[in-house]
Amino acid sequence: MRLQTSSSIALFAVLELAANPAHQLSALEIAEKYGISAHHLAKVLRGLGRAGIVDAVRGVGGGYQLIANPKRLTLFDVIQVFEPIGSRAAPESSRTVLTDASAALDLVLAELDQHAIATFRSITVSTMLKLMARRASSRQQSSRPARQAAARR
Amino acid sequence: MSLEDRSNALHLLKDHDTARESAAQSRAANALSIRAAKPADFASIVALDQQVTGLAKRQYWKEAFARYVSRREEPAFFLVAERGGEIEGFIIGDVRAWEFGEPPCGWVFAVQVRPQKRLGGLGTQLFDAICDAFRRAGVKKVRTLLARENHLVLSFFRSQGLMAGPFIELEATIA
Repeated sequence: MRLQTSSSIALFAVLELAANPAHQLSALEIAEKYGISAHHLAKVLRGLGRAGIVDAVRGVGGGYQLIANPKRLTLFDVIQVFEPIGSRAAPESSRTVLTDASAALDLVLAELDQHAIATFRSITVSTMLKLMARRASSRQQSSRPARQAAARR
Repeated sequence: MSLEDRSNALHLLKDHDTARESAAQSRAANALSIRAAKPADFASIVALDQQVTGLAKRQYWKEAFARYVSRREEPAFFLVAERGGEIEGFIIGDVRAWEFGEPPCGWVFAVQVRPQKRLGGLGTQLFDAICDAFRRAGVKKVRTLLARENHLVLSFFRSQGLMAGPFIELEATIA
């Protein structure tokens, strides 16, 4: 499964803001860290602002901050601002000729959609931060023996 | 120091000791304890389950208590979180061996926290406690099964680090 670029960018921005709750981050800072277009990110942040997920703080030292509760905000809440999840624009059965094959295919695609929705709805921004921390810690642990071996050499 | 001063100082010390004891007693009363369920917890568990699910399932809990509390069928764990004599939550799980061809693993099949006590880390403490019990029983994986629409409990398990496992649940209507 692939997310649209806007959804991915929105998730990166939300995670970055959630990981830095005490700071306001500019679109440029986030864009540089993730190697994404600052112009596209600014557009995405405006969308997140309209959805009540982030807020822009104007003036010197201003930037964006997360205003939604990261323990309650799910991946689904962020993604659905930019693309429909689980409501396929053109189901097979909407074709002019409705066949048993297209109806059966709809059933299978609906099953995939339901799994995607359940997954995105059940993972909060806080859980994502924990996943990222676990990943970083296991990366450090796996690189430690290699560093130690290099130091012994 | 006059006699009167000494007497006042002694009173102050006594008052201080009494205040310290009562603070310690109140701390002990407010301390959370996670322990194995006892037969006397039956009514509290049925009431808590009914409060959360809206369903009174006395017969179900009678059988669960007979199985996991009275007979203590091992390796199964029925843990409750108690504070000030009140049951605030519980978790139940067991170790199942070679189910679906997999090595023994821990299965959590019930977890509930009183709605007013949520968002305070109680569910995490219960989950940690049952995982410790599973580890002591020698298993390395913990699993659970939930309805797709149960977003609240799904989010809880996700926050504990659980991800999709190697199984897909399938069903068919055979009526």
